[in-house]
Formats: sequence, structure tokens, C-alpha cells
Amino acid sequence: MALLEIKNLTVKAKDKSILNSLTLSIPSGGIHVIMGPNGSGKSTLCSVLMGHPDYEITEGSILFQNLDVASLKTEERAHKGIFLSFQNPKEIPGVSLSQVTRAAINSALKEKGLKSSVAPKEFIVNIKEKLKNHGLSEDFLRRPLNEQASGGEKKRIEMVQLAMLKPKLAILDEIDSGLDIDAMKLIAQSIKNAVTEHKTTFLIITHYQRLLQYIEADSVHIMVDGKIVKSGDISLAHELERDGYKNFIS
Amino acid sequence: MRHAQEVKKDFQGSFKAPEKFVFKMRKGLNEEVIREISFHKKEPEWMLEFRLKAFESFKSKPLTPWGANLNNINFDEICYYIQTSERSESNWQNVPEEIKNTFDRLGIPEAEKKYLGGVGAQYESEVVYHSLQKHLEEKGVIFTDMDTALQKHPELFKLYFGTVVPPHDNKFSALNSSVWSGGSFVYVPKGVRVELPLQAYFRINAESMGQFERTLIIADEGSFVHYVEGCTAPPNSADLLHNAVVEVIVKPGARVLYTTIQNWSKSVYNLVTKRSFVYRNGVMEWVDGNLGSQVTMKYPSIYLLEPGARGEILSLAFAGKGQHQDAGGKIIHAAPHTSSRIISKSTTQDGGRSSYRGWIEVVPEAYGVKSHVTCDALILDEKSRSDTYPTMDIKNSESSIEHEATVSRVSEDQIFYLRSRGIPESEALSLIVNGFFEPIIKELPMEYAVELNRLIGQEMEGSVG
Repeated sequence: MALLEIKNLTVKAKDKSILNSLTLSIPSGGIHVIMGPNGSGKSTLCSVLMGHPDYEITEGSILFQNLDVASLKTEERAHKGIFLSFQNPKEIPGVSLSQVTRAAINSALKEKGLKSSVAPKEFIVNIKEKLKNHGLSEDFLRRPLNEQASGGEKKRIEMVQLAMLKPKLAILDEIDSGLDIDAMKLIAQSIKNAVTEHKTTFLIITHYQRLLQYIEADSVHIMVDGKIVKSGDISLAHELERDGYKNFIS
Repeated sequence: MRHAQEVKKDFQGSFKAPEKFVFKMRKGLNEEVIREISFHKKEPEWMLEFRLKAFESFKSKPLTPWGANLNNINFDEICYYIQTSERSESNWQNVPEEIKNTFDRLGIPEAEKKYLGGVGAQYESEVVYHSLQKHLEEKGVIFTDMDTALQKHPELFKLYFGTVVPPHDNKFSALNSSVWSGGSFVYVPKGVRVELPLQAYFRINAESMGQFERTLIIADEGSFVHYVEGCTAPPNSADLLHNAVVEVIVKPGARVLYTTIQNWSKSVYNLVTKRSFVYRNGVMEWVDGNLGSQVTMKYPSIYLLEPGARGEILSLAFAGKGQHQDAGGKIIHAAPHTSSRIISKSTTQDGGRSSYRGWIEVVPEAYGVKSHVTCDALILDEKSRSDTYPTMDIKNSESSIEHEATVSRVSEDQIFYLRSRGIPESEALSLIVNGFFEPIIKELPMEYAVELNRLIGQEMEGSVG
């Protein structure tokens, strides 16, 4: 059984069609990559999977663990185990990483019918360790989320949240943009840890195959004009690196 | 953090006790009513004259043409004085049971044990309970209700009463001056630091009631005090009026921090005049949290009268359905080398309206003045409204005056980001609003920060349809 089964998904925003009958199946486990040129609808796909209100699904379905999630609220999808790492993580003035992560964990506990909230001490010890693993100082706990953080720091803050929330499916929208080599290695390690420790399945959206030098992708899908035009293994990424997208653009 | 949260409190105070009293004035206002209040309180002749003169001033002044709409206040339908117990007690056991229960539910005796230096509790028109830690009493600190202060400390009282806010200052200072009852009197002697906050709690319970307390704080040279006031009333079908006057005198080198966490029910007209005089190197800080009420008009002001004096106003307003928060602050730089800062933050939702009304004045002789004003408004939906009315009257060109104002809306992307983490929409909004207020909340002692965060959370509940 596939973890994520997208069938004939057609999506429009403000009367403009962005996804056109997109079909994609992601099995449980492993690392899966979507590559595509600018404007192919990759980020829209991420937003739609998470339920962004700007987009309207006109056709097709999104099944997650055999459950139709297209009609679920964003927070309900998160509770089912879907996580989105944003391409441009939002700044939330006056609200810290610690507050957001704690609220997220407590919401998940409440959703499971558990009355208790996460023990403050356990939480702090845990998140401090995650910050350290991602090369971030403890200051980030209390600073307003994503404010005055560099592009690379924001991406690592996303990965810290992922590590704390342990999702079943993690969608990373251009996690590799704006990263230096060191940050790239840290993030690659973080992905591998989540795969081995929490059995998280990754759907990674990227332009480049840079990140793929540090992780092993199980499948690669090419997206052009709002649909998946070809699926294959890692050799597809190598082919793209050599020839560009010209073979896939009609 | 934990102990403050474990106390089971009803910060909203939305419950109502049966009405009981030992003396209730007939409704409406005229000279006879004022004479009877004064007689009932066994006041000296000069106070009766003060009241009657103020009443003339009240009658002669029109309602302000600016600010919130006050035309619906029916002054003839208000009860101006209700006494609920025979005297102000210093032991909770002696306070009438229903009143004690009310303050128990509001968490006052509990807070008193944990983190307060003294407590005053007013129910309707009179203070029913008062306490001050013994070591403060021994140092000469006075913290009592105004009526007791008038009887027991007549000279000190008369020296300062009505000097900062004269009765004829505005229509509502005149009304308060004519029917005032209750409130706190604080005197801190030279060099004494009151380390734990003194808290006053104001509760209106009766229908169609007007509460008219006055507070007078005198911080003598080099002293420090943090005074906190909280206010609630149960939801009422008829309008309530809360009309206070607060006067603060900050002597040279002294510092007064005055924190208000107002959470009146949505039937209250809250019309308050707050003003302080600050002398050489003194510091005055108003922290003004305005939640609740139907209408609030309140602009804490600071007169910086001698060099080195500093003033700070942190104003927080939250306006929801049917509410108009007209708040802000006034600073008058009347001496050289004085400095000030105003931070105002307001949010509006569900058709609410907030206005920032600010006034900065620098007199011609005031050289080397520094002032910084920031006012930010966060609008949560299309139905709500926020306005800014800043006035600057700068008569000295060598002063440094800065003003920044922002109006923002909560972005859909911020909400989506938080929801993608599994945080429900209402909680996401609540986090964003708390974050917006954070620069003010972080200035509060922990217990009050917790209370304010909770109140904001409660206001946000049910705001998402």
C-alpha cells in the first residue's frame, strides 16, 4: 500500500490552472524526490498537500494511508502525520520556536485524546539537543521564530521542528536553496536520522541534485507544467544534470 | 511559572453574586445625593464643598466631541453609591461571605499569600478589605483606602488630593470628584523600596451601578513602589459606569510603576483620568492593559516637571465585538533633559474598534528632550477598525522626537504555517496576538504576564467561525 496516492489532481488558484491531472504514488519508507524547472507547480503541490486555502481542487484525490485527506483541515493533516518544511518559512513576530513547537506537540497529544501536555523539562532537553544537532545555538529557542535568521538558519529551524514532531511523511519544499555545504551536510544527516529513527518517509522537492550527493534517493519524479512526466530511480537525476529539462518540455 | 498556573482562577470574573448591601443610594444624581454620600461618610466640610463645586463643573461641561460615543449613558439611571459592608477589614474571615467568595474565585487571597506586599479589595463603592505587610507598615508605608486616609491622614491627604487632576479638568474628572468613593491611598516614605507589588482589586456586582474610586499615590524622594490594579464585573444587561481618577506624585529620584489589567464586562463604560507629576530624576511608568468594557477612554499622562525626569507608557488594547477602546497616552515635557517613551499596541477583531490617541508636548524651555513613540495596530479581520490620532506640540527645536506607527493584518500565510504544525486556527491566532503584545507583556512580573496571556487567550476563543 502506498503511503501517499495522488490521482488526477487538478488544482486552480484565482481561475488559473496550476496542477493538471497530476498522478503520483509514494510508497511507505525511503526518500523520494520531485525535480522540475521553475514554474512547474512544485511549490503549489506542497501547499495543496498541506491544505493551503488559496488553492481549489477541481478534480482528483489525495489519499494518505488510504484516507482521503483533501477535505481535511491543515491541522488535521498535520495530526495524521504530514509535515511541510516551507521554502520561505514565515516570520512570526514575538512567537518563539519553543512556543510553536510546544503548541504543536500539545495539539497532537490533545488530538490523540491525551489530556497531558509535554513535560516542560523533557521538552527543553529534547529541543536543545535537536538545535545542537542542527548547528544552531540555544538562543533560537526564545528568539521570535524565523526573525533575523539567515536563509540557511531558517531551513535548519524547519528541520528542528520536523525532528521534534516525527511525522510519517515529510515534504521538504526546496530545503536545499540558500544552503552552504556545511548546512547541506547537517540537513542531509537530519533526513537520514529521521528515516532510520522514526521511519519518516521523505518527499523532497528540489531544482538541483546537489542535495542528492549526500542522501540516497529511492525514486525520482520529474514535474513539468503541473504534472509528473516521468518517474524513475536516481539515474533520472543524473540524466537531468547532464541534459537539463529540454527532453521533458514539450 | 507553574505555581501561578496551578491556581484555579476565574480571571474573567463572569459570575454574579446576589446583590446585598447595607446602604444603597437611590438612583440618579443631584446635590442632595452628593450631600447624603458625604454625610454618610462623615466627611469634613471641605470635602463636601469640593464635591459640590465639582458637581457644578460636571453639569456645565458637555461630553467631548471626540473619542468614543457616550451619548447612551443615562446619568439618571445610575446608582452612584452602594455600601456592601460596615467597614474595611484586614482579615478575610471578617469580610461578608458572599463578597469573600467573589474575591476567592478571582484568586485575590491566594495571590496575596504568594507574591503581594499588600492588597485592597473594593466591592461596589467601598473598600471591603485592606492589608499591608507588617514590615512595610513599620517603615512608614501607608496603603489604605481613600476614605480611611481622609480620616486618618488628613494633612497628607489634603496636601495632594485633587492637585494632579483638578476636578474641572474634564467632564468625567468632575463627575468622579463629586461622587468619589473608595480607591487606594499610597504613601511611600523617603528611600523606602516596596519590593512586592501592592494590588488593588475593583469589582462591580450590582446592576446599573457606577463605581467612582480615586487613587492617590505619593512616592517620596528615592522611593519605589509597584502598584497593580485589576478590575472585573459580571456580564450585565444594564450598562455600568466605571469612572476613576488616579493621581500619582513621583518625588525626586523616586520610581512608580503602575500596572492596570482591566477586564470589565462588555456592559461597562470605562472613563478614567490618570495623571502623574514627576520631579527631578524621577521615573513614572504606566502599564495599561485594556481588555473588556464596552467603551474605554483612557490616556494615562505624565508631566515631566524637572530635569532628568523620565516617563514611560505601555498601552495594550484589545477590542472585540461591540467594543471601542480609545486609549493611548500623554507626555508633557515641561523641563529640559527629560525623556519619554510610549509603546501602544492594539488588536481588533469581530467588528471591534481601537483608537490610539497620543499627545507629546515639549515646552519652549525644554532643551535636550528625547521622546520615542511606537504605535502598532493589528487588525484580525475585515470587519474591524483601527485609527491613530497622534498629536505633537513641539515648541523646542532641539528636541529629539521620533514617532513610528504600523498597521498590520494577520497574514493568511502565518496562520497556514502554524496550522501546518498541527496548531488549530484559533490557537494559531492566539499565538500571533500574544506575540504581537509580547514587547509589553515581557515588562510585566511573571504572575501578571501569565494572567494577561490567559485573558487574551480567552478573548480569542470562539473568534474563529
